[in-house]
Amino acid sequence: MNDFENLSISSAIEGLANKNFTSLELTEFFIKKIEKNKDLNCFITSTFDKAIEMAKISDQKIKENETRSLEGIPIGMKDLFCTNGVRTTAGSKILENFVPFYESTVSNNLWNSGAIMLGKTNMDEFAMGSANTTSFFGNVKNPLGSKVKELVPGGSSGGSASAVSSGLCLGSTGSDTGGSIRQPASFCGLVGLKPTYGRCSRFGMIAFASSLDQAGPITKTVEDSALMLQAMVSFDKKDSTSSRQSIPDFSDFKKLSIKGKRIGIPKEYMIDGLNSDIKKIWDAGISWFKSEGAEILEVSLPHTKSALPTYYIIAPAEASANLARYDGIRYGFRHNADDLNDLYQKTRGLGFGKEVKRRLMIGTYVLSAGYYDAYYLKALKVRKLISQDFEDSFQKCDLILTPTTPNVAFPIGEKQTNPIEMYLNDVLTVPASLAGLPAMSVPSGFNSEKLPVGLQLIGKPFDEISVLAAGAVIEESRGF
Amino acid sequence: MSIDNSTVKKVAKLARIEINEEEETTLITELNNILGWVDELKQVNTDSVEPMLSVFNESMQMREDKAESNFDNSQILDNSPESNSGFFVVPKVVE
Amino acid sequence: MTYVIEGKKDSWQVVLGLEVHAQISSKSKLFSVASTNWGSDPNTQVELVDCGMPGALPVINEYCVDQAVLTGLSLNAEIKKLSIFDRKNYFYPDLPQGYQISQFEHPIVGKGHINIEIEGKVKKIGITRLHLEQDAGKSLHDQDIKNSYIDLNRSGCALMEIVSEPDLNSPIEAAEYVKKLRSILRYIGSCDGNMEKGNLRADVNVSVKREGEKLGTRCEIKNVNSIKFIQQAIEFEAKRQVNIIENGEKIIQETRLFDPNKCETRSMRSKEESHDYRYFPDPDLPPLIISDEKVNSLKEKLPELPDEKKDRFMREFNLSSYDAEVIVNDKDTALFFEKLVKGRDSKVVTNWITGEVFSYLKKINKDMKNSGIAPEKIGSLIDLIVDEKISNRQAKEVFHEYMKSNDDATTFIEKKGLVQLSDQSEINKIIDKVLSDNPKMVDDYQNGKDKLFGFFIGQVMKISKGKANPKLVNELLVKRLKE
Ligand SMILES: [Mg+2]
Ligand SMILES: [Zn+2]
Repeated sequence: MNDFENLSISSAIEGLANKNFTSLELTEFFIKKIEKNKDLNCFITSTFDKAIEMAKISDQKIKENETRSLEGIPIGMKDLFCTNGVRTTAGSKILENFVPFYESTVSNNLWNSGAIMLGKTNMDEFAMGSANTTSFFGNVKNPLGSKVKELVPGGSSGGSASAVSSGLCLGSTGSDTGGSIRQPASFCGLVGLKPTYGRCSRFGMIAFASSLDQAGPITKTVEDSALMLQAMVSFDKKDSTSSRQSIPDFSDFKKLSIKGKRIGIPKEYMIDGLNSDIKKIWDAGISWFKSEGAEILEVSLPHTKSALPTYYIIAPAEASANLARYDGIRYGFRHNADDLNDLYQKTRGLGFGKEVKRRLMIGTYVLSAGYYDAYYLKALKVRKLISQDFEDSFQKCDLILTPTTPNVAFPIGEKQTNPIEMYLNDVLTVPASLAGLPAMSVPSGFNSEKLPVGLQLIGKPFDEISVLAAGAVIEESRGF
Repeated sequence: MSIDNSTVKKVAKLARIEINEEEETTLITELNNILGWVDELKQVNTDSVEPMLSVFNESMQMREDKAESNFDNSQILDNSPESNSGFFVVPKVVE
Repeated sequence: MTYVIEGKKDSWQVVLGLEVHAQISSKSKLFSVASTNWGSDPNTQVELVDCGMPGALPVINEYCVDQAVLTGLSLNAEIKKLSIFDRKNYFYPDLPQGYQISQFEHPIVGKGHINIEIEGKVKKIGITRLHLEQDAGKSLHDQDIKNSYIDLNRSGCALMEIVSEPDLNSPIEAAEYVKKLRSILRYIGSCDGNMEKGNLRADVNVSVKREGEKLGTRCEIKNVNSIKFIQQAIEFEAKRQVNIIENGEKIIQETRLFDPNKCETRSMRSKEESHDYRYFPDPDLPPLIISDEKVNSLKEKLPELPDEKKDRFMREFNLSSYDAEVIVNDKDTALFFEKLVKGRDSKVVTNWITGEVFSYLKKINKDMKNSGIAPEKIGSLIDLIVDEKISNRQAKEVFHEYMKSNDDATTFIEKKGLVQLSDQSEINKIIDKVLSDNPKMVDDYQNGKDKLFGFFIGQVMKISKGKANPKLVNELLVKRLKE
């Protein structure tokens, strides 16, 4: 049997086309691999029967020369995307036994492209977390850790990242609200792309913070990222914030030269507490672009420091309303009580985990009478300033290059006592989220302990192609 | 801004989340820390800055008025912890 | 006339503001494609948004937006180029999302006004705003001792909430305001105005004050669903407030419920908790932009509204203000009138509509629209009266029977043998008989007992079995008695 562990999506497509192997072989390989690696806890629900069924259909299509763009490619689906007939939990006890009777647009698009679902990947509860330690279904382990030192995969798309990194699937979907694709990708040595807000439909994707949530792919290579992104995006009439901007052929990034492009380096991202190894890799990244003929210039994003506090007002506020529907009445976990209010309070008190409750409390508070202006309205104004900063910078440059995270993957259990310490993980990813910009983390080097470090590329709205092209430059230059 | 017991209780009630005393104590500290931390936004000058409601700046797409029926009653009720005769069932509501 | 409540100590005025919820006459819901049909099996008209499924998203119905704009235009109100949808957060089993999508700070329609008329006096009532929002589902409390049952068929239906200024000062003004509003909504077709089905319902804000005082503390009576109840609720609530204040206590601002059986209002326990709706802009919905083109094209679709129609009827058909008001109130009645009045005397037509036709509709418990009465059916009957083929009295007597029959007026009166006797010599023969049968009466009459004239008429009519043309009988009788 072939070893498909290090296979990329693009080479799998080639292999399938050349009949080197079948989709069924691929799929069975990953099923076995998932079963062998249960300790990583990457999947909440596996859908092996479905996968085999889908693989057989794909093999038939390939035989009949009706191959679609991701025909026969086994992937992991973050358990935030509603999948028809397949339990969807958002990593929460409150949705422990929820089985949707409808399909999210993003997953539907992927199945229509021929992708195969191996299962639903683990995640931080309702995508709230940066270490995958808030899931009701247990922590996810980073395959790059060891028995002695178990590491977090990052979050909230930790199951997706760990699964791709450990070769349990060829690619996976993630969702990014403040860094939930980019940060775990960086921690697991993968490419994670958050497209422009509005590129991927949010229909059927369980909402955390609606004005920020965006789906995107987690893959091994930049080329895979483009392939998966192409399959995921669409204009969707079922989502009022789905963009009508024309969708390019993302593989065109290969034709795009970075020569003469202006790469902005925001001085404000040189934050206190930025790991020195990461700083070195950032410098290396700058030199790679220079030698490719790009112009490097310093830009200023003066409100960077305010991004995280702004995010921690806006996201919990939106979440406090988005999660109000989990009340034990129409679906999900219910704690029975004779009194309706008891039912509400006990269901939600027992159904939600600590971090979710913490954020619901903050969100409720900042919207409540007397505090709205001071917190929520203020945050909306600062968000404008942050967005304006990017607009100003993009007058001068085409792309922005920064580290993805201030630190590498840390041991499970760390940063658990003080929530703010955990929140700081997202300090470099949150600004682009607030501005709705496309941003990608690309593996760019390793720290002294051989742990991966990602660099982040931020692009202009709807300019994913430039982001991908710059990502390819890093891939070619980094020397591994 | 300092959050005390009664505020935490009030907010928990608004959010319909039951918290025990231990959680209450922890939450007081945590919420105070977090709100103290986000308070630094007060330093940012936002005079004459318009609040940004969304990054999405395309006009709202509207739908034609056409009725569809995509789901039947059993699908709608299938996930519910308690239902009867086509209805969702909850403990008696007092008006 | 000012409405005054005489307390034990002082005279009190009432100040009223109404929030009317009008369900838009759309086929599908405001943010979902589920049908709005009334009376279907529970939870059969429910899409993902309507039951708050995870990942469900709202998409707005353009027809509902158009109806809100049309309604705004007909309320002489400002149409906002940009409006915003907000989430109003509260927990209730019939509110599946945990929030209602509504409009708070930036409604689609701003200030406007309508005129109401009471005893010939016109009063202008200010409209504060009109906004779009989702309706909630329905909770049924009497199916089970321990439980309530939830039906989400109504969840997500489009409502226009129309808020008045506190310009109303009596139960009758409130009633006239709702009637006028309903009339306008029906004219433009944005809402069917059916209060029994709950398609039009009002929250009534009531406060009382002594003359010259500032506004008092108000109480809001929720969801009153008939015009009569609105009046009763106001009367009760105003008196209750007067009593409280005169007893030296204070009014607590609260939400109350009207109980039509006991004819009283009482505090709503479920709403006791202090309201903190935590409104904020719904991130699922971009701002609603209304283009000038849209407003202009809708303006062109705007039909003649009740006030305009009333003016025209007064001008064109010489109707009194009162008659015109009664006729135009219902769009279908106005339409009926216009068809009926063609080539006929407007006064006669008006009297027939406001008299016999209205009482017939009341009896069969239908309105003009669904009664199916053809204008010709009434017209042909009126024509026979004018042609003196049948007397007015006879026509009235057989009206209900005639309405039930499938015959045209001529056939009907022939079958019934009702053709009026207008032959002079025939009538004279009857008169001769009556006079010769009653010589003493004739003497008495001629000696000044004028009252006896009625007796002779009665006798003639009796002998003719009511068929004799009364006008003719009158004329001929006068002539003969002078001889
Ligand atoms: Mg109200
Ligand atoms: Zn309302």
